[in-house]
Amino acid sequence: MPQTAGTLDSQQKTTSRRPAGTLYRGNTGMWSWVLHRITGVAIFFFLLVHILDTALVRVSPEAYNAVIAQYQTPIMGLGEVALVGAIVFHAFNGLRIILIDFWNAKYQRVLFYVVIGLWVVTMLGFVPRHLINVFSH
Amino acid sequence: MTSTIEAPRSPYTRSTKKSGVNWEKWGWIYMRVSGVVLVVLIFGHLFVNLMIGEGVSALNFAFVAGKLTNPFWMVWDVIMLWLALIHGGNGMRTLVNDYATSRISRGILKVAILVSVVSLIVLGTLVVFTFDPCPAGAPADLVASFCKSL
Repeated sequence: MPQTAGTLDSQQKTTSRRPAGTLYRGNTGMWSWVLHRITGVAIFFFLLVHILDTALVRVSPEAYNAVIAQYQTPIMGLGEVALVGAIVFHAFNGLRIILIDFWNAKYQRVLFYVVIGLWVVTMLGFVPRHLINVFSH
Repeated sequence: MTSTIEAPRSPYTRSTKKSGVNWEKWGWIYMRVSGVVLVVLIFGHLFVNLMIGEGVSALNFAFVAGKLTNPFWMVWDVIMLWLALIHGGNGMRTLVNDYATSRISRGILKVAILVSVVSLIVLGTLVVFTFDPCPAGAPADLVASFCKSL
């Protein structure tokens, strides 16, 4: 007899062969968590490099300009798209985590799609302008 | 079979002391408070450096000199530096606790994170507050235009 979602009791749910999909296991909850970790690590290592390259302003204008010129090449320009994409996801998903913790966890799935939507809108605003700046110089 | 899952971010129970500061809780709160502030600081940083004018193509020593002689951007950058490094260092500590399996590798990795974070906070703070926008003998075309009037 086919079961509809509404007739599953809690016992059947927990003994189901499919993962139940709790807040951090399976589906949007898990993948947003995985992406949050990966983007966080990537941003951390960029931050270490970025503080060192900015510290070159204390060495000489020539040293700083030589390194910052590397950030203006086409390949690094594409890298900056990835960097900003990681930062924007980490930022919006971090706000989503705060809302889950302090507001209501039952909206975590819809909030994940809000994060993706805001990420797309932000990147649509950033990427074309940035690529014009990179490739027109 | 039933099993109980411990509440996340519970304090370690290796010591039996009754009172004391729950550092894991304060770390958890720090990630959220600093995170909200960092969204504002880093989005502002990215907007001013990558979106305004010619973006990344306009960055050079004179551009940085213009920002780091302005108290507004000095305070902005130093707060961003401290909040971001501690936020990132604490996040990396969480990953080490999750993924490094032996006690010795956890110790080495966490010391490495602590050394990186502390040394870069010291370096970055010194750079912001000791910065010389018009270094002696620097070519005039590489420094900001306000250096001419000195």
